[in-house]
Amino acid sequence: MKRLVPMWIAIIAGFVMLLSTFFPITESLGETVGEIFNVVAAIAFILGAGSLAKVNLAKISRRDQGWGYAAITLICFTITLVVGLGKIGVPQSTQFPLLGWSGEKDAEGSIFGWIYEFALVPITSTMFALLAFYVASAAFRAFRAKNLEAILLLSTAFIVLLGRTFAGVVLTGWLPDWASGLRLENLSVYIMQVFNTAGNRAIIIGIALGVTATSLRILLGVDRSWMGSGD
Amino acid sequence: MSKFITILEGLDRRWIFLAMAISVAGPILFIGITGKTLPETPTPTARAVYRAIEALSPGTPVLISFDFDPASGGELTPMATSLVHQCAARGLRMVFIALWPLGPQLIDETIKRVILADYPKLKEGVDYVNLGFQSGNESVMKVMLTDFAKAFPITKNGVAVGDVVALKGIQRVDNFPLLITISAGYPGAKEWIQYVISSSGGKIKMVTGCTGVQTPGLYPYYPVQLNGLLGAIKGAAEYESLVNSSLAPKDTSAAIPAKYLEAQRRMGPQLGAHLLMIALIILGNIAFFAQRNSKVRATS
Amino acid sequence: MKPSKTWVIVVAVIVVLVGIRMTIGQGMARAYVERIDQSVEVKANDIHGASTEKWTEWHPVAPKKFEAAQKADPSQTKFAFSWANTIGLWLAAFFTLAIFSFLYRDNPGYRLAEAVIIGVSAAYWGVIGFWDTLVPKLFGALTHTLVHDQVLPSLPAPTTFQVVAMCFALALGLMLLMRLAPKGGWISLWPISFIIGVTAGLKIVSHVESDLVAQSIATFKPLVQPIVSSESAQSGWMLWPTIWASLANILLVVGVLCCLTYFFFSVEHKGVAGRAARVGIMYLMITFGAAFGFTVMGRVALLAARIEFLFDDWLWLIDPAGKRIVEVASAIGSMLC
Repeated sequence: MKRLVPMWIAIIAGFVMLLSTFFPITESLGETVGEIFNVVAAIAFILGAGSLAKVNLAKISRRDQGWGYAAITLICFTITLVVGLGKIGVPQSTQFPLLGWSGEKDAEGSIFGWIYEFALVPITSTMFALLAFYVASAAFRAFRAKNLEAILLLSTAFIVLLGRTFAGVVLTGWLPDWASGLRLENLSVYIMQVFNTAGNRAIIIGIALGVTATSLRILLGVDRSWMGSGD
Repeated sequence: MSKFITILEGLDRRWIFLAMAISVAGPILFIGITGKTLPETPTPTARAVYRAIEALSPGTPVLISFDFDPASGGELTPMATSLVHQCAARGLRMVFIALWPLGPQLIDETIKRVILADYPKLKEGVDYVNLGFQSGNESVMKVMLTDFAKAFPITKNGVAVGDVVALKGIQRVDNFPLLITISAGYPGAKEWIQYVISSSGGKIKMVTGCTGVQTPGLYPYYPVQLNGLLGAIKGAAEYESLVNSSLAPKDTSAAIPAKYLEAQRRMGPQLGAHLLMIALIILGNIAFFAQRNSKVRATS
Repeated sequence: MKPSKTWVIVVAVIVVLVGIRMTIGQGMARAYVERIDQSVEVKANDIHGASTEKWTEWHPVAPKKFEAAQKADPSQTKFAFSWANTIGLWLAAFFTLAIFSFLYRDNPGYRLAEAVIIGVSAAYWGVIGFWDTLVPKLFGALTHTLVHDQVLPSLPAPTTFQVVAMCFALALGLMLLMRLAPKGGWISLWPISFIIGVTAGLKIVSHVESDLVAQSIATFKPLVQPIVSSESAQSGWMLWPTIWASLANILLVVGVLCCLTYFFFSVEHKGVAGRAARVGIMYLMITFGAAFGFTVMGRVALLAARIEFLFDDWLWLIDPAGKRIVEVASAIGSMLC
C-alpha cells in the first residue's frame, strides 16, 4: 500500500500530462494538473525552509561543533522570514493605496529588499565568482597534453580563449581576406558552429533517448527506484 | 631552468589566485579610469538576435523571461539591459516574466535602469508589464501553452492580468511572435525550446542570452529552433555594440551612457584572464614534461 | 582559538588602506536617497468615501544628485544621506571580502558569511513561494474573500473546479510538509510521486519532439551546399564559399554520426565502428575544449562584476557610470602620493 499508491499516483499524473498533449479534450485537465504541480512546487520551498530550521535547531540543541554558525543561520532565517512574510517597511501599492498588504514585498525601503541587495546579492555573486580562481588553478594542475585527445582539447580551448577576446584580432587580424577563415575569431565561430554543434547534438540525442526510456519506465511502473528503499 | 621547474611543480595555488585577481583587477582599474573599451565585431548569432527584434513592428507584444539570479548577473545583466533597450526603442510591448525566484527583482532593476531612465513616456501596464515569478519550472511553460493567464494570473503589483492593456490579445504563449529569454541554467533557454518552441509549430520565434557554461549546449538548436544566441559576456558585448551603433544619437558628440557599455568594459578583464589561463596551461605542461623527461633520464 | 598572525596583518592592512581612502577626496562608500512624496486619489465606493492617500518613500539616488542639491540649497531636504543603505554597502563589501578570504584559507569570516546566506536564501525562497504563488493561487482560491479584501483586490473569483483542484494541491502540500514530522513522513512520498509522474509525462513528449526528432532533422544537411552570388543568380555557384559550406555540412553530419557511434556501448568498438568511435572521440574533445573556453569566460565575468563592485560602489576608485562628481584620476592620484 505504501508503495502501490505512490506508484499509481505517478502513473496517472504522468499519463494525464502525456495525453493532454495529444487529445485536446484533456487539455484543461492537463492545465489543472500543471497548476496543482506549481502550487506543490511552491510548498516545496516552504518544506526546504522548514527542513533548514529543523536541522539547525537540532545542531544547536546538541551543541554540535559549529553550533554558533547554526545559530546565526537561524537568526538570519527568522529575520528574513518575518520581514518578508510581514512585508515590514513595505509602503502601500499605488494601485491599491488603502490596503496595507498590497505593496510589493521587495519594494524600495522594505527590509526584505534591503536584505536582497546587501546580503543575498553580494554573497551569492561572490561565491560564484570564486569559481574563476579554481578554474585557473585546475587548468594549471590538471590540463596535460599527454596524448592526441588532450592536445585537441587544449588547442581548441586556446583558439576559443583567444578568439573570443581582442587577442585573437591582434594575433591574426593581419591575415588577408582569402585566409580570413584562419583568423582566430572566425576559427572559433567555425569550431562552435560545426564541431561543437556535432558533439553537443550527439549528446542531446543520447540524453533524449535516455530520458524518454527512463520516463517511460516510470510511467509504466517498471522503475520504482525513485521511491527509495521503503520504510 | 631546473630551479624554475621545481618552483612550478611546488607552486602554491594561492599564487595562482593572486595572479588571477591581478589579471582581472588591473584592466578594470585601467578601463574604469580611462573609459576606453575594446572594439567588438558582432558574430552571426548576435546579429541574428538584433535582426529578430528589429523585424518586429512597433506595438508587437514580446515575452521577455528573466531566468537568472544575481549570481549570474555579471554576464547576463548587460544582455538584459541592451535587450530591453532595443525593445523599448523599437516600441515593442514588453511582457516580463521570471521562472527563477530572484528574477522579478532583476526585472525591476532593468526597468528602472532602462525604461524609467531613458523612456519615461512608456506607461506601465500599457507598454510594458512585470508579471513576476511563478514556481513550477517547465510546468509553468506547459500551462502557458494553452492558457497564459492561468500561469500568470496577476502582475507583480497585484493587478489581474485580464485588466492589463499590455496583455490584450494574449491568450496563449504562442500569441507572442517573439520570446526573449535571458538564461542562467534550469529552467532556461533549453526548457523553453523543449516545451514551448517545439510545440508551437513555428508560430513563436526565440532568441536567448545565456551564460558561457550554457552556450556550447545551445548551439545545436541554432538556427532552426533558436533564432539568435548571445553567448557569455562576449555575446553581450557584441550585441551591445550593435544596439549602441544603431541607436546612437544623431549628434555624435553625445557619449553613450555607461550602463550600455557594461559588457564591453568587462571584455578588458576577460582578455587579461584568458591570457593568464593560457600561460598557466603552458607553464603547467612545461613543468609536467620537464619532470617526465628527468624521470625517464634517471631510469635509463 | 587565536587568530593567526597572517590574518591579523591582512585585516590591519585592509583597515589602514580603507582608513586612508576615507580621508582622501570625497571619501568612499556612502549611499544617498531621494524623497518621493506619493499622493493617490481614491474614488468613493460602497465601503469608503473619496480620499487622498499620501505617504513618503525614499529611493536610492546617485551621490552627485545629493551633492548638486546641497550646493544649490544647503537646507534642502529632498535628498539625504542614508544610514541604512550605507551600512548595507559596507556589509556587502565585508561579505564580499569574507567570501574571497576563503581563497587563502577557511576562516570564521567566511563561515559567518556562509551561515548568513544559508539562512537568508532559505527564508527568501520561502517568502517568494508564499507571496508569488500560494497567495494568488492557493489562498486566492480557498480563501478568496480574505485575499481579495486584504491583498489582491483585482483577483478574479475562482471557479468551483479551481477550488477543488486547489484542495487537492493543499492536501498534497500538507502531505509533503509531513516530511518534517517525526512520524508519518512516509506520506510525503505521495506528493513526491505526483511531482515525478508529472515531470516524466512532460519530459517524454518534449525530449522526443525537440531533442530527438528536431535535432535529427537538423542533421539532414545537403553534403553539397551551393552558394550563389547575391548579386546575380545567373553567375552560378561561387566556388570557394560552396566548398567551405559543403565541407561544414559534411563535417557536421559525419561528426554527429561518429559521436553517436561512440555512445553506442552495446556494440563493440572494432573495425568500422571502432574507427567511427575514434573520430567521435576527437569531435568530443573539440567540444569539451570549446566548453572549457566558454566556462572560463563565464566565470571570469562574474569575478569582474564583483571586483567592479569593490572598486566602484565601495572604494570609489572608479566611476564608469558617472554617479559621483569626483574626478576618478585625482582620487587614485591622491592615494598614490
